[in-house]
Amino acid sequence: MMRLPTRRWFRGRTAVIGIPYLWLLVFFLTPFLIVLKYSVSEMGAVRPENIVTYADGVMKLVLKFSNYPFLLSEDLYFKAYVSSLKYAAITTLVCLGIGYPFAYFMARAKPTIQPALLMLVMLPFWTSFLLRVYAWKGLLDDGGLVAGLLIGTGLDQLMAAAGMIATPGKFMNTPFSLVIGMSYTYLPFMILPLYANLAKMDLRLLEAAADLGASRWVAFWLITVPLSRAGIIAGSMLVFIPCVGEFVIPELLGGPQTLMIGRVLWDEFFSNNDWPMASTVAVVLVLLIVVPLAIFSKVQAESQERAR
Amino acid sequence: MKAADRSLFGANFARGFGRAWLLGGFVFLYLPIVTLVIYSFNDSTLPSKWGGFTLQWYVKLASDHEILSGLWLSLKIAFLTATTSVVLGTLAAFTLVKYRRFGGRTLFSGMVSAPLVMPEVIVGLSLLLMLVELQRATGSALFDRGLTTIWLGHLLLGMAYATVVIQARLIDLNPQLEEAAMDLGARPHQVFLLVTLPLILQALASAWLLTFSLSLDDVVISAFLSGPGSTTMPLVIFSRARLGVSPSVNAIATVIIVVVAVCVTAASVWIARAERKRAAEVNAALRGQN
Repeated sequence: MMRLPTRRWFRGRTAVIGIPYLWLLVFFLTPFLIVLKYSVSEMGAVRPENIVTYADGVMKLVLKFSNYPFLLSEDLYFKAYVSSLKYAAITTLVCLGIGYPFAYFMARAKPTIQPALLMLVMLPFWTSFLLRVYAWKGLLDDGGLVAGLLIGTGLDQLMAAAGMIATPGKFMNTPFSLVIGMSYTYLPFMILPLYANLAKMDLRLLEAAADLGASRWVAFWLITVPLSRAGIIAGSMLVFIPCVGEFVIPELLGGPQTLMIGRVLWDEFFSNNDWPMASTVAVVLVLLIVVPLAIFSKVQAESQERAR
Repeated sequence: MKAADRSLFGANFARGFGRAWLLGGFVFLYLPIVTLVIYSFNDSTLPSKWGGFTLQWYVKLASDHEILSGLWLSLKIAFLTATTSVVLGTLAAFTLVKYRRFGGRTLFSGMVSAPLVMPEVIVGLSLLLMLVELQRATGSALFDRGLTTIWLGHLLLGMAYATVVIQARLIDLNPQLEEAAMDLGARPHQVFLLVTLPLILQALASAWLLTFSLSLDDVVISAFLSGPGSTTMPLVIFSRARLGVSPSVNAIATVIIVVVAVCVTAASVWIARAERKRAAEVNAALRGQN
């Protein structure tokens, strides 16, 4: 138990809580409220109009919600939101497809080499994300290593037929290059929670299943996969959420064919100088992310509850 | 029954398939990095043709003022960001772990981790809009876009990451060690400085390195918060990369990758060694107690 002079303890406690709390209120919450404010204002001649005006001793609050219906009616925004969600979902599935077997085999590897494997998965995370995305430009551009490989094996014809690339032999600025770039960047985020989950699984359950006559595949589908549910959801959300609002990867690898909402927000702000519209795009983007986020934190809370 | 027998397929096939999958995954993860390094020595302006070995891009890099001044600015910002992130992150992690009840705890924990999932375009936009409002309200040059504003943006992200890393360590901490110090009459700040701080030092070091490398790499927040004359290195790289593959970017990329790889490896070896030593000491102390 604490055997301390209460007053003194209290003062230290107030400072420890107060400093980061105040800092976050000023630099995180307030800026977001300002974005909200801009989203209900309209563009004036030079700058956005103030929503609160003060004239003749009367305070007037003018909220203009026209930005939101405009967002829905304008094809550009709606399409960008849909394609952001679509490419984030495809990327998540690709990462799950590559990452689940990867994490599975990692967790079943010899215990002595597992820390080294883990280190190898995390190391790319430390090297510059920007440079790793940039590197794919060289690999996928005309004459690049991966481009050459895909053309040599004739896979580009198949990919063109599937709509992943527009013309055979051209890989840059296509849905394919975008998804490759995002999957590559976020694959470790899928592998790590899955590995953590699969590594602590009780293998005796599989022995029990075998003793009861289950084949290896049946045991895998009925025991391993359901037990790793929390890892699958956590990994999927860690990939899906950042992909929705991604800017750098679509800008470097996506091209004009694959419009994503992060780029729309960027253009709205930097090219059109339309701050209210950029703010509205931002608010709706936050709302889109809240749903997967809620699922993620619910699963996290559940698994923490179970661990206790 | 052997455990190996419980894997999918037959034991031999499973081992081979598993190894192949792991190998394929690692090739996917490392191929872009390796090719980047190789092509930085390519004596050809075409990114795809191998024209022989050269060091000319490194020589050119040494006189590339845009990249070098960007690098210097980025290093300054990264140092500031990492140091302040660790301080604020320690306070925030301490708050979350030690103080279970206080007014607005839910809001606090939400705000701490929100920057982790918030798209960077929104973090950048919101901070910029606030700085513009502040500038209009005060007319002060303090809020001009530049090093300070970029640092503020990076700190928001860095603090979130630092909190996660330090919080994980604080949760693992044996509370008996702190309680023992308190029973022996140590004041709260003494407990923190003499007991808690040495125990979480490795976590602070990893948090510092992580936030340093995050800040050194950031494009989006910097783009919103940088002003004329304050172009960070990632912004230079980004604007060149937009135009296509450039040998000068390959060269600076190789330098960064090598430096980071060496630092991270050295740091993780040091952290692992320090952690083992400390664990052994704690165990010895606990054994002595019984």
